[in-house]
Amino acid sequence: MDLLNAIVALSNFVLVPAIAYGSQLALGALGVTLIYGILRFSNFAHGDTMAFGTMATILFTWWFQSLGISFGPLPTALLALPLGILGCMAIVLLTDRGIYRFYREQKAKPVILVIVSMGVMFIMNGLVRVIIGPDDQNFADGDRFIITAREFREMTGLREGLALKSTQGITVITAVIVVALLFWFLNRTRTGKSMRAYSDNEDLALLSGINPERVVMITWLIVAALATVAGVLYGLDKSFKPFVYFQLLLPIFASAIVGGLGSPVGAIAGGFIIAFSEVTITYAWKKVLTYLLPEAWQPDGLVQLMSTDYKFAVSFVILLIVLLVKPTGLFKGKSV
Amino acid sequence: MTGTMRNIALFALVGVLILLTGVLQSWNSALLILNMGLVSAMMAIGVNLQWGFAGLFNVGVMGFVALGGLATVLVSMPPVHAAWRAGGLGILAAVALGAGTIVLTIFLFRRMQPGWLRAVVLIAVLIAGFFAYRAVFDPAVAAIERINPAGTGYLGGLGLPILLAWPVGGLLAAGAAWIIGKTALGLRSDYLAIATLGIAEIIIAVMKNEDWLSRGVKNVIGLPRPVPYEIMLQRDPVFVERAAALGLDPVTGSTLFVKANYSILLLVVLLVLLWLAQMALKSPWGRMMRAIRDNETAAEAMGKDVTGRHLQIFILGSVVCGIAGAIMTTLDGQLVPTTYQPLRYTFLIWVMVIVGGSGNNFGAVLGGMLVWFLWVQVEPMGALLMKGITAGMTDGSALKSHLLEATAHMRLLTMGIVMLVVLRFSPRGLIPEK
Repeated sequence: MDLLNAIVALSNFVLVPAIAYGSQLALGALGVTLIYGILRFSNFAHGDTMAFGTMATILFTWWFQSLGISFGPLPTALLALPLGILGCMAIVLLTDRGIYRFYREQKAKPVILVIVSMGVMFIMNGLVRVIIGPDDQNFADGDRFIITAREFREMTGLREGLALKSTQGITVITAVIVVALLFWFLNRTRTGKSMRAYSDNEDLALLSGINPERVVMITWLIVAALATVAGVLYGLDKSFKPFVYFQLLLPIFASAIVGGLGSPVGAIAGGFIIAFSEVTITYAWKKVLTYLLPEAWQPDGLVQLMSTDYKFAVSFVILLIVLLVKPTGLFKGKSV
Repeated sequence: MTGTMRNIALFALVGVLILLTGVLQSWNSALLILNMGLVSAMMAIGVNLQWGFAGLFNVGVMGFVALGGLATVLVSMPPVHAAWRAGGLGILAAVALGAGTIVLTIFLFRRMQPGWLRAVVLIAVLIAGFFAYRAVFDPAVAAIERINPAGTGYLGGLGLPILLAWPVGGLLAAGAAWIIGKTALGLRSDYLAIATLGIAEIIIAVMKNEDWLSRGVKNVIGLPRPVPYEIMLQRDPVFVERAAALGLDPVTGSTLFVKANYSILLLVVLLVLLWLAQMALKSPWGRMMRAIRDNETAAEAMGKDVTGRHLQIFILGSVVCGIAGAIMTTLDGQLVPTTYQPLRYTFLIWVMVIVGGSGNNFGAVLGGMLVWFLWVQVEPMGALLMKGITAGMTDGSALKSHLLEATAHMRLLTMGIVMLVVLRFSPRGLIPEK
């Protein structure tokens, strides 16, 4: 019984949140890794692209709510999501045409593109703050829980409850659908194959008649969609605050690098590695250990390895270890 | 107009702008802008060493600046003896344990054969070390923070003159830069950027949360000063008489006198740094740096140790940022960890370097002064502009109040646009590299 209680407590506080957070990170890291594979630079504006897409979705959500449209038990934001993605695609294409294309034509060094993306980051950051303000926005509506802790306790008779927030369920289901679509697109369609060819060897791809501008445009469209979905899911699960999205840049980059920059499978694996390490290291293990250990060994303190204020340190340390031990990442990215 | 004339004219322009502020607004704000401009110029010199000389992309300027700020507390505040008695030894032991664990891990990593055995041993050492560290560290921290938490609740500093904190700030920054440089240099250029971004966030997190070290978000106020206090001057009859002779009342006179003292001090430091940076640029070492920047492969073929040289200049640039950070906290007279924002301390410095002219030290100084002036003055201008735009709207309408509130964020937008425009149309900046 104690073992079951321990497992339930562990799922409730570690596994479920980490899976949801990992899916959000994985979607974000996929965007970073695609840009890296096709355009060959680290996009520092990615966090703020996510914020912009989320902001667009929130604005449409508010509009729907004012019209009285709702999605039943699901959050209205899911209905607004396609419109938010369109908004994000518009701004991303605009920045590519207006800013990045010039440097691509110049064949500028990757580090110049990184600096430019930093400029884009601050412009997007400024836009988001001007339009929606720097404060917290909570835009989740619909049912809050798939199953609450009390219902679970009553159902199973265990002492520990397992709460499943609907946003967590939505996150995982949406992430699975999006990733399945993305891999189908990359592996099965002609355009997807041309993208992979371009990423593997630019010169050969050009020789085979692949239009680079088209590949780049489609990449940006996919990245905008991924960023918006990741941002909205994160915002539904926690809340939307522009500065937090800027800070997400670090775990997202860590995920992409741990998996290997340029490798989509690596980005997903990296996202879950980072999320699980972050949650397990900042979780107070007292509750689980109380069930597992005999009376005499029970811990006095919280058994929390690090306070949650240092969650970024976790991604950072993992990042440093990967850079030291295996700079190409787990799935052999193309980075040297 | 020759290049030199043009440069002198540009510097004169900044001078005139500051003088105008003095005439139109007040001499106090003019001196304030001048002082922070001088500090910004120092930071810009640091970033210019890294980016302009060597092409290294540091997105963690904020972290190095903050370390400088921490140094002022650690050096100049009086020690809290009760806290040292309660937990000083514990903290020292914990730090030694932590450092020992890391050294042991590195030693084992180098000495043992690669394989699963090494992995298991390393993980075991790290976990055991971590728990031992926490077992010593936690009670010591609790003991220190219990002692007068409203007034001190931290270990305090060494009680030395604050001027000593300036080089110490540079040393702390050098330590952080060494760790980052050792791991991220020699890999692709973006990795350094991501690693510096990370270390900056972590340094700020440590300063916000480790109350025993820097009082965290409770801030350290009342740092000692290298210049006299206003109140002392106002009590000094000789000073009051002199101020009256200049037509100033004692209060204005004393604030101006203090700020002018700082200006002279900062100017001396800036000139020394500028001279050193110029000497470095002209030396064989500087030429080698630029050769490496322009073509790494060729430089490597000539037998230059690219990664080693990069590590050198990355540390040097960070030291300058650390010194500037210590000076800035001295100017403020207090350490407030929550004020360290990446937008202000990393990004703005980059705008300064790029606008001024990367690769040219005078360009960095000019960019630092000019962009700082704009940063301060854009806000009132933006507010004025927004008032003009919203003048026709009805009072109290949602859009009007929203637009007026948004002025505060216009600054970011403006600086982002300035940076992209300069990068696009004049990538060499106002004073280009020779």
